[in-house]
Amino acid sequence: METILTISNLNKIFNKRVHAVKNVSFEIYKGNVYGILGPNGSGKSTTLGIVLNVVNKTSGDYKWFNGNLPTHDALKKVGAIIERPNFYPYMTAEENLKLVCKIKEIPYSKVNEKLDLVGLIDRKDSKFRTFSLGMKQRLAIASALLNDPEILILDEPTNGLDPQGIRQIRDLIKLIASQGTTILLASHLLDEVEKVCSHVVVLRYGEMLYHGSVDGMLSNEGFFELKSDNNTHLKETLLNHPSIDSIKEEEEDKLFVYLKDSLEANELNKYLFEKGIILQHLVKRKNSLEEQFLQLTNKN
Amino acid sequence: MKRLLKIEFQKLLKNRASKFLIISYFILLSFIALIASIKFEFGTFRLHIAEQGIFNFPYIWHFNTYIAGYFKLFLAIVIVSMMANEYTYGTLKQNLIDGMSKKEFILSKFLTVIVFALASSIFIFIMSLILGYSFSSYTEFGIVFSDLEYILGFFLKLVGFFSFCLFLGILVKRSAFALGFLLIWNIAEGIISALLRWKIFPDTNTYAKINQFFPLESMSNLIKEPFSRLSAIKNIETTITGEEAIRDYSIHFGEIAIVCVWTAIFIYLSYYILRKRDL
Repeated sequence: METILTISNLNKIFNKRVHAVKNVSFEIYKGNVYGILGPNGSGKSTTLGIVLNVVNKTSGDYKWFNGNLPTHDALKKVGAIIERPNFYPYMTAEENLKLVCKIKEIPYSKVNEKLDLVGLIDRKDSKFRTFSLGMKQRLAIASALLNDPEILILDEPTNGLDPQGIRQIRDLIKLIASQGTTILLASHLLDEVEKVCSHVVVLRYGEMLYHGSVDGMLSNEGFFELKSDNNTHLKETLLNHPSIDSIKEEEEDKLFVYLKDSLEANELNKYLFEKGIILQHLVKRKNSLEEQFLQLTNKN
Repeated sequence: MKRLLKIEFQKLLKNRASKFLIISYFILLSFIALIASIKFEFGTFRLHIAEQGIFNFPYIWHFNTYIAGYFKLFLAIVIVSMMANEYTYGTLKQNLIDGMSKKEFILSKFLTVIVFALASSIFIFIMSLILGYSFSSYTEFGIVFSDLEYILGFFLKLVGFFSFCLFLGILVKRSAFALGFLLIWNIAEGIISALLRWKIFPDTNTYAKINQFFPLESMSNLIKEPFSRLSAIKNIETTITGEEAIRDYSIHFGEIAIVCVWTAIFIYLSYYILRKRDL
């Protein structure tokens, strides 16, 4: 697979004190949709800032497209928006995009096409300062797509938007992903990442906790939700089973049973029935990305 | 290079405030010509400025470049805000992300400075030529095109001053504060030179020797005041002091070198700050 970005042992220390990125390494391959997850202040934006040439790294290395191009030339093949849309407020949408074309050294031919894609073609002659936040964010996406980039980098693209705005941006991301563009999406909104990403990198306090596919992160043993007339007896019986790790009592008298080894629902049902327990409720569940993420980031 | 200038001029000319200031600057420059029409009449005493010899070749080169130097503040505002706006709008960050290198960014600003200085110099050259041919008592080719180093001096003075503004814009990141800083710097240079003159090295010429190395002083040193060169004023001075004061009005290589070194320092420092700073 074609490598787009390689990050190796990247470190960033702000003001000699704040260690914002600690030894982060991962690779981005063509065609995948990546999510960078992490709570606020976990080093997501700093990591992106470094590879986008706006933050200086302290140590480590990164390479765009196998390091064949100097960073600023490589960035001409990248489309990126970080945190908030930055444009010249006194220029119109179209003028702003034309300026980006001049910087990226590409013809103006795509300007109208991309404005159309993000639904701003009717407002192309309006000044940027008259736009709502949602429109600004969509203009930023149009701008990032101007060069039909090899990779689209989005840092918190739905931050501060209203529900409609969030929906529009999310649909846009899905549309772009479906066209085969590689995407790197930094977010702390997990359902956002779960819905569009195939791979995730999880950061916390600048450290990388997980790097791999979303399915891989979710494919743990899962857990059961159980309920019977006598939960105390049920609990005692369950603890004798070799595959069971721990039990938590949660809302509505349900027991959450976490596993050590794989155990199918029918096997568990059979085991309990043989011990004389008849269940009212039996569901086998897998953690959602959110639960998985919280588990991962709450450890130690 | 053409690409960088195109980028920069789109940023400048789409901005109504910058466009207004740039146009006002050139209109004000052409107002120098209006000095020609100043006439006083007090009974029998008549003063017609144009007839006092200020538009005589080659003195006109000195006079016009000196007067035009005062208007540079207009473009200084444009340059400071063109730099500081990139910070306030966050567009500096976006330009870099879009694939401009930091070197290109500084270069595009510096090229704009050069273009401004060049345009001003050419404007003053043409205007002086026209004014001179209309009013000068001497229009022989050799006299007309002598003392042209004042145009060169004017160009370098502007490049140096604008580079300083550029540097302040990057350093301070806010237009108003950067202009305030410029003012404070100017005052500080004045205070230091006063201290040197009256307190540290009294009754000697040492202060001037140190003074000439200060950035703003070195720039204004390039083109010295031209008024005491006018015969009318010289006559008054001679009458009062009883002796003819001898002054050197020419531009020296050393002065040019100091300004060029400052320009290089300011541009390099701007680049250095931009490279080191996390955006």
